[in-house]
Amino acid sequence: MWNYERRLEFPVNIKAPNAMLAQAIISQYGGPDGEMGASMRYLSQRYACPYREVAAVLTDIGTEELAHLEMVAAIVHQLTKNLSMEEIEESGFANYYVDHTIGIWPQAAGGVPFNACEFQSKGDIITDLTEDMAADGAIL
Amino acid sequence: MNMHFANEQEKLLHDIGVLDFVVIELALYLDTHPTDRNAMEYYNHYNRMTNQAKKEYSEKFGPLTLALADTSDCGDWKWATLPMPWEGGCA
Repeated sequence: MWNYERRLEFPVNIKAPNAMLAQAIISQYGGPDGEMGASMRYLSQRYACPYREVAAVLTDIGTEELAHLEMVAAIVHQLTKNLSMEEIEESGFANYYVDHTIGIWPQAAGGVPFNACEFQSKGDIITDLTEDMAADGAIL
Repeated sequence: MNMHFANEQEKLLHDIGVLDFVVIELALYLDTHPTDRNAMEYYNHYNRMTNQAKKEYSEKFGPLTLALADTSDCGDWKWATLPMPWEGGCA
């Protein structure tokens, strides 16, 4: 189970809303290399992990990815606050807005919805850890 | 590092972020080095500091966790009424 801590892992205080930037950053929420995939990858892979030490790492990293997910959502939320209809149209945010308004929804920058096919869980530790390195190793 | 904070709440929250970072990283190390007593001493030291800071923050500025929610001051249920973490402070 999990407990919520009522703070961001790192503070987010955006002074100037920018819907165009929000459209790019939403990819880090629900895109192919986003935090949604990262958290679900580790938290799903841990059950079949034959080593408790590694299962503990997958649990702790998967949990921290949820904190990252929240920070990215906070960034997108603050970037899209108090926009006028003109700003929404001019920034190209209208395509997102028509379906979600200012709600946070997991998608890639190009509009592709989050899909569990962004990560693997094969029940084989070498396969899973190799996938983890490919997915996260360069940007840990 | 020369940090400037608007108020005590911001400063304390920053300290918690720093301390929690140390605790999380030490926990990750200990996950794969579960017999390293030296690292466990570091963990205990910083974990105590983090818990103390979270307790102090919760008493002064509202609960960080449900476990730290204290309703004995006869006020409202601050877990629901204070600004949420994603609202930001300078918008």
